[in-house]
Amino acid sequence: MAALEDIRKQLLQEQQTKQQENQVVVKVALATCGIASGARDILQFFSAELEKRNIEAAVLQTGCMGYCYAEPTVEVCRRGQEPVIFGYVDEKRADDIIENYIKKGVMVDGLIPKNFSTACHCEHEPQAVPEKSKQIRIALRNCGVIDPASIEDYILHDGYHALADVLNRMTPEEAIEEVIASGLKGRGGGGFLTGQKWKLTRQSQSAQKYVVCNADEGDPGAFMDRSILEGDPHSVIEAMAICAYCIGAGQGLVYIRAEYPLAIDRLLHAIGQAREAGLLGSHILGTDFHFDISLRYGAGAFVCGEETALIHSMEGHRGEPTVKPPFPSEAGYLGKPTNVNNVETFACIPLIFRLGAAWFNTIGTANSKGTKVFALAGKINKVGLVEVPMGTTLRDVIFDIGGGIQHDKQFKAVQTGGPSGGCLTAKHLDTPIDYENLTKAGSMMGSGGMIVMDEDDCMVSVAKYYLDFTVEESCGKCSPCRIGNKRLHEILEKITRGEGSMDDLNKLRNLAHVVKETSLCGLGQSSPNPVLSTMENFWEEYLEHVSDKKCRAGVCKAMMKYFILEEHCVGCMACARNCPVNAISGEKKMPHTIDQSICIKCGVCFEKCKFNAIEIR
Amino acid sequence: MRLKYADNVIFRNYLKDQAKNMEQIALTIDNKKLTVEKGVTILQAARTIGIEIPTLCYFNLGDLQIENKPGGCRICVVEIEGRKNLAPACVTECATGMVVHTHNIRVLNARRTVLELILSDHPFDCLVCSKSGECELQSLAQKFGIREIHYQGEKSVYRKDTSPAIIRDIDKCIMCRRCEMMCNDFQTCGVLSAINRGFQSVVAPAFEMNLDHSTCTYCGQCVSVCPTGALTEQDHTRSVLNALADPTKTVVVQTAPAVRAALGEAFGLPAGSLVTGKMVAALRQLGFDYVFDTDFAADLTIMEEGSELLDRLTRHLKGDPHVKLPILTSCCPGWVNFFEHHFPEMIDIPSTAKSPQQMFGAVAKTYLADKIGLKRKDLVVVSIMPCLAKKYECTREEFSSDGNPDVDYALSTRELANLIKQANIGFTSLEDENFDDPMGESSGAAVIFGTTGGVIEAAVRTAYELHTGKELPKLDFEELRGLEFVRSATVDFDGLPIRIGIAHGLGNARKLLEEIKAGRSRYHAIEIMACPGGCIGGGGQPYTHGDINILKARQKAIYEEDKRKPLRKSHENPSIQRLYEEFLGTPLGEMSHHLLHTHYFDKTGEVIISE
Repeated sequence: MAALEDIRKQLLQEQQTKQQENQVVVKVALATCGIASGARDILQFFSAELEKRNIEAAVLQTGCMGYCYAEPTVEVCRRGQEPVIFGYVDEKRADDIIENYIKKGVMVDGLIPKNFSTACHCEHEPQAVPEKSKQIRIALRNCGVIDPASIEDYILHDGYHALADVLNRMTPEEAIEEVIASGLKGRGGGGFLTGQKWKLTRQSQSAQKYVVCNADEGDPGAFMDRSILEGDPHSVIEAMAICAYCIGAGQGLVYIRAEYPLAIDRLLHAIGQAREAGLLGSHILGTDFHFDISLRYGAGAFVCGEETALIHSMEGHRGEPTVKPPFPSEAGYLGKPTNVNNVETFACIPLIFRLGAAWFNTIGTANSKGTKVFALAGKINKVGLVEVPMGTTLRDVIFDIGGGIQHDKQFKAVQTGGPSGGCLTAKHLDTPIDYENLTKAGSMMGSGGMIVMDEDDCMVSVAKYYLDFTVEESCGKCSPCRIGNKRLHEILEKITRGEGSMDDLNKLRNLAHVVKETSLCGLGQSSPNPVLSTMENFWEEYLEHVSDKKCRAGVCKAMMKYFILEEHCVGCMACARNCPVNAISGEKKMPHTIDQSICIKCGVCFEKCKFNAIEIR
Repeated sequence: MRLKYADNVIFRNYLKDQAKNMEQIALTIDNKKLTVEKGVTILQAARTIGIEIPTLCYFNLGDLQIENKPGGCRICVVEIEGRKNLAPACVTECATGMVVHTHNIRVLNARRTVLELILSDHPFDCLVCSKSGECELQSLAQKFGIREIHYQGEKSVYRKDTSPAIIRDIDKCIMCRRCEMMCNDFQTCGVLSAINRGFQSVVAPAFEMNLDHSTCTYCGQCVSVCPTGALTEQDHTRSVLNALADPTKTVVVQTAPAVRAALGEAFGLPAGSLVTGKMVAALRQLGFDYVFDTDFAADLTIMEEGSELLDRLTRHLKGDPHVKLPILTSCCPGWVNFFEHHFPEMIDIPSTAKSPQQMFGAVAKTYLADKIGLKRKDLVVVSIMPCLAKKYECTREEFSSDGNPDVDYALSTRELANLIKQANIGFTSLEDENFDDPMGESSGAAVIFGTTGGVIEAAVRTAYELHTGKELPKLDFEELRGLEFVRSATVDFDGLPIRIGIAHGLGNARKLLEEIKAGRSRYHAIEIMACPGGCIGGGGQPYTHGDINILKARQKAIYEEDKRKPLRKSHENPSIQRLYEEFLGTPLGEMSHHLLHTHYFDKTGEVIISE
């Protein structure tokens, strides 16, 4: 402990010296999202140009800052001033930033106002939180702040202090009590009390136990676990070590999908650093506690996020769930007691020990404590990662933090919880988000995907999309999930083709209920949620598809027909010229007609007509 | 795929741990109160009060602890008050105060819907399906009164796979995983496992290759447990009927010992009915020219194998360092395939004696053909076997002469039952008849070949007397009998203790083989049978649908037949003695070596994993 404190003091000193040398610190968000938008080039540009222009500067990489809609994002901190974040940074804007903001302190375009506060124990980090900030970053506290490749930076930001605290000052039982008292629940979807899980695993008698980090993030549209591993890998390592100490495990495993190469890279790098620093391995921090971590790669099967399937996959077997009991806490990896927690859950742990369970408990609602990270996506202005206290309303997340719906369109629905969740409507906008409320409303927390839809989205098609996913991702072990989901999908197909009947709707509802209540694991038990919740909240759309053969959003092409209104058509030929399948014929300056047998309903004629002569029926 | 293995072991251990407590659990099922021990499932508990919850994927061979309960089919779901979802009765343990409903409208609707779903992805060819009448899915549909399938749609279609013994028509696979459990947990062959995901999931060899390119031993246990027509045997009844109708052919039939203890089941007789005489009569009515007994060849096998054992033993006692001990029996073709695939480095350890089926074929097409004045090509040898691996065995190249096989067709017990039914023979009212001469006479030692432990007991009866020159004081070796998977006994050969090991089930055989490999085996001789219970539980026997009592009854019948026989030691069989006098010379002699012994092959190269 003393050693760790010394290291930190020394690092702090070094940092202060550096800060005095450097006029400016530039941080470029280099998570996958940033890199895909060209952030690497921007980082190089800053390094080269600042040197060329003789500006003493530190140009650093960091993780995702959460503003995915505005990548590449860059944080600039002039000496003695508050840091500011710029978005949509290309070379031109970078040049602008150097010339005007860095050199002269003159603000330039692209500023992103900071809209969150960070829960942090470190005294040196200046806290500039806008009064009305609705976001509190706990799990994401270091993302976009520290250099993920630097253990020093993590230690400087209070890293591994929680581990030192626990090892030196607490018995495993006390530490578990602390986690239980914090009220932290699993962030991967299950929502089981984390401390309780640890306690059960501790109580299982075995010489060998395992800590597993579930980094098999599979929900379409959810990417918070990746962001944490890419932006703050040490927090997960530290939390796993704490967990291992609590439950009596010597071996940690991270089950991570192979599609996350950057996260794997940074995690492996971090594990190496931690080993070198004596924070993993034997006699951690001079105690008798031994613990090390290795990685297991997932092949991208959604069902392997389910803990029993995950364990089988790690053992080299087919990734399919088994009936519980026995729970992994009794017989998990290789038959030994195993504690499985998700990345985001682990990321909360160090801070719970640094700031206390009582502090964590003050955030959130009666039964859901702390914060939750959501991956905002869909028809929303500010796509990105947000972390809000439990109990924040959907309206706050979507309209305040997310900046509302794109192109000022009408909000229609929000899908939470990924393929296992459901679609909520405008009437749910003021529902405080927590485990209970989302479930009550027919959706679920899941891993925190949040996809916003507007008036252009057909809810039957949305349900079909999610079913398409679960049909692909079912492991095939139990019949309701293997065959039932396929049949649900086929009925939805039929409805979107305009061939559905009232009988099909009845079948759909019955089958959805049966699949839900008879499937073996969480995947099948929740896969009908998108169907049931859209049937519940958008029944009239289903009726329209079935009775009127109409799709109000214009998504179900099979039900649409394009016609030319003779009285409006002037025979300009614009439609005929642009039709990709030559379905439109007619003499110049004479009304045209569309051959319905050829038309592929691409909508080009509709877009090209300047006379409103194309009608969709 | 060992998932199931891990799964079951973990679960079993878990149950064991739970059982230690022996806590009593009081619960209510369908308004009836009952008390069960902790660890008992709802399915088991319900049975104790006469409530039979329907199951499909669940399979349990009682005492043998061969159990399949992946909780996958969801047919056995029940409602437990206070729980959000329905629970599978086969894997859900009873808990104190539980209130269970097994047939309320919610449960019935769910169960019916799930069954309709399974049926919606199943071919509707029941009329021509070889499993028709024995299909557990069909019975369920009947039981549930399914008259319409409300959820129809795409059906999964796969390539059909035809091997010499087993046909895989996996369009009919319902993913119950019983075959997978048998193939992996019990037989440790690792051929069958679930592949693909979602709707495309099906059980198949790795990379969806054919069985004949896998390490399949053709033991047929997958066929034995398959609830539908997804796994069935290669049917040769047509070929046999054609041979019987061919005036240029003389058709000879041999019947394996275990067939007579099971055939009656196919005609509604209670399990364990011995139908030797009726079987002979039926075969004669079917038109076989000679009805012989594989038991005759079993006695011959004992002469050869027993002599080989004594030979190796004597050399060993004289200090010959090259002699291979223990000697392993070689009459089970599934077992032979197993060590050829999985232990190719040990192919010089088993006895070189051919199986009784092949000894019979070799003798029939030489000795018998001469005796009745026929050319080899005009003689057709048909065998009736409790086994599917025999179908493969008789196609082995080394068991033929100039392309003419020693045994032309191997029919399973089930196929014979079918032939008898086709021929309008009232089986149960047939008068008993006797086997023909000269290959119909046999001893009790030959009959017990049909059960685990029988071959080695038969060998001991003969080897003892040949070795010691004394008469055995007691013929029944109770210590070699039973259904324990691995058994051992020491038999006193007049001062020389002979240590004997027995295993049935290839997974159990593997344990003994690993011991030999590690140089830790303490046995002189080991008997191995691939199937649970030996041939009585063979892959070609009438389906037991998981009823262990049927196996037990068959075993009992086998030992009864042994007791009934006037001769109970192979070397006392006069027909065998005559065969050696007239034709073979001596056991292990030159003629015997040529006709009755074989050699084994390293088959690891035959496995193909991509096209």
